[in-house]
Amino acid sequence: MNWMIIKRVLMSGSKNFVRGGAVSAATVIIMTVTLSIIGSLIFLSALLTFTLTTIKNKVDVSAYFVTSAAESDILAVKSQLEKLPQVEQVVYTSAEAALAAFRDRHASDQLTLQALQALGGNPLDASLEIRAKDPSEYASVVSFLESSPTLSSGGVSIIDRVNYAQNKEVIDRLSLAIQATREIGFAVVLIFAIASILIAFATIRLAIYIAKDEIAVMRLVGASNAYVQGPFIVTGVITGVVAATLVLLILWPVTWYVGAKTTAWFGGFSLAAYYGGHFPLVFSIIMLSSIVLGGVASVLAIRKYLNV
Amino acid sequence: MIYFDKVTKQYGDTSVLEDITLSVAPKEFVSIVGHSGAGKTTLLKLLLAEERPTEGSVFFESIDVNDLPNSALHHYRRKIGMVFQDFRLIPNKTAYENIAFAMEAAGRTDDEIASDVPYILELVNLADKARHFPTQLSGGEQQRIAIGRAIVNQPDLIVADEPTGNLDPINTYEIVEILKKINELGTTIIITTHNKGVVDAVGGRVVTIDRGRVVRDDTSGKYIL
Repeated sequence: MNWMIIKRVLMSGSKNFVRGGAVSAATVIIMTVTLSIIGSLIFLSALLTFTLTTIKNKVDVSAYFVTSAAESDILAVKSQLEKLPQVEQVVYTSAEAALAAFRDRHASDQLTLQALQALGGNPLDASLEIRAKDPSEYASVVSFLESSPTLSSGGVSIIDRVNYAQNKEVIDRLSLAIQATREIGFAVVLIFAIASILIAFATIRLAIYIAKDEIAVMRLVGASNAYVQGPFIVTGVITGVVAATLVLLILWPVTWYVGAKTTAWFGGFSLAAYYGGHFPLVFSIIMLSSIVLGGVASVLAIRKYLNV
Repeated sequence: MIYFDKVTKQYGDTSVLEDITLSVAPKEFVSIVGHSGAGKTTLLKLLLAEERPTEGSVFFESIDVNDLPNSALHHYRRKIGMVFQDFRLIPNKTAYENIAFAMEAAGRTDDEIASDVPYILELVNLADKARHFPTQLSGGEQQRIAIGRAIVNQPDLIVADEPTGNLDPINTYEIVEILKKINELGTTIIITTHNKGVVDAVGGRVVTIDRGRVVRDDTSGKYIL
């Protein structure tokens, strides 16, 4: 195709869109609905990820150390744990820090503070709070701690206990729930995305079906397939881009309004903040989807009318 | 110029054309007449390669139309100007753009289009309606635009399928006069019609088709059924 043909195809496609009137308007509206669904799926996906991450962050395993354990030995264990690929974060809490936190937590509970006073000294152990990248990986972290116990100078393990066993059932159940939610979420996103794409395809097919006699005439007056197809593809892409622009504009007030009402309900996830923070990503997905949907649907829809 | 060699066309078990042998010389004006369903339109569709014959061959100049692959049809069709009973103008293009489209499709430059289309609009007496859309034109005006589109690339042949079928007598007369003028300038014309007035006005060769067969081929312009 030379420049003259490209220019004519672009001009003709643009004119077809402008002159299409009700057909163009209807196609834009359907595409807008379709792209809105795709946009909603982006937010749903982000909300799902946010929720799962929040839940995952609430799960951890703590290793408590005997009171005789030297701080340098505990920090050596911390260092070893941090080198494990499945470990996200390890936080060291000294016995003194644990005691201070305990006092703060029970500042208004005089009975507990008096009991602590009666015990004399510091009954609390130093600990490492270990957070794995995935809840299913806690078993291997605990296994590492058990299989390579760090010994104190007296030949006894400095690890007093690991609270994994009592939390295991909850962690396992949570791992399963997270996995299931992730898979179901992905399936829902996929089903809605496919349904939206099919709706967009059907709409563009219908718009091109209306022009099937016109396509036959173009072929009979000697237009090549590319010259017939070109303007329809341009019209399809313009339809998509107009619909995408509408969706991107509509999303601002919608995410602001809905976000204000649901942030607390979604555990701190703000739709408006997400949209503002991820605008380039949302823009790219919506715009690219619209161009691909409009263009590909037009190519596929027009093919069957070219055999004249 | 055109030669139908023992052409048969069947749709399933139904024969629409049977063993048609027919030739048309350059610069001839041929009227193909017959009742509705006689096979006139199918004959033209075979010539345009819209349909392929079940048996036999159709030749245009030295080209065997049956041998043309789909990818080469548009080149072939640029040699033929087509006029339809229902005009078939592109609805979202103006009169000017409908004529220009045939030139654009043939790869003509913007300068050629800018110079030829106004001339053609003058020729069909519609220079003042250049910016009108088909729905803003009468039937006769639409058919004149369709003729303009058919002749703008100066084809060797114009094929008109019932060109006056949807027109009143005055517009019919005007269309016949335009077609006669085009023929006088050297373009071969084949029209199908069942309008005796048109055949009499054209006054050229008349081929009569009945139930898919050529039953009469008369050079003196008689319409007998």
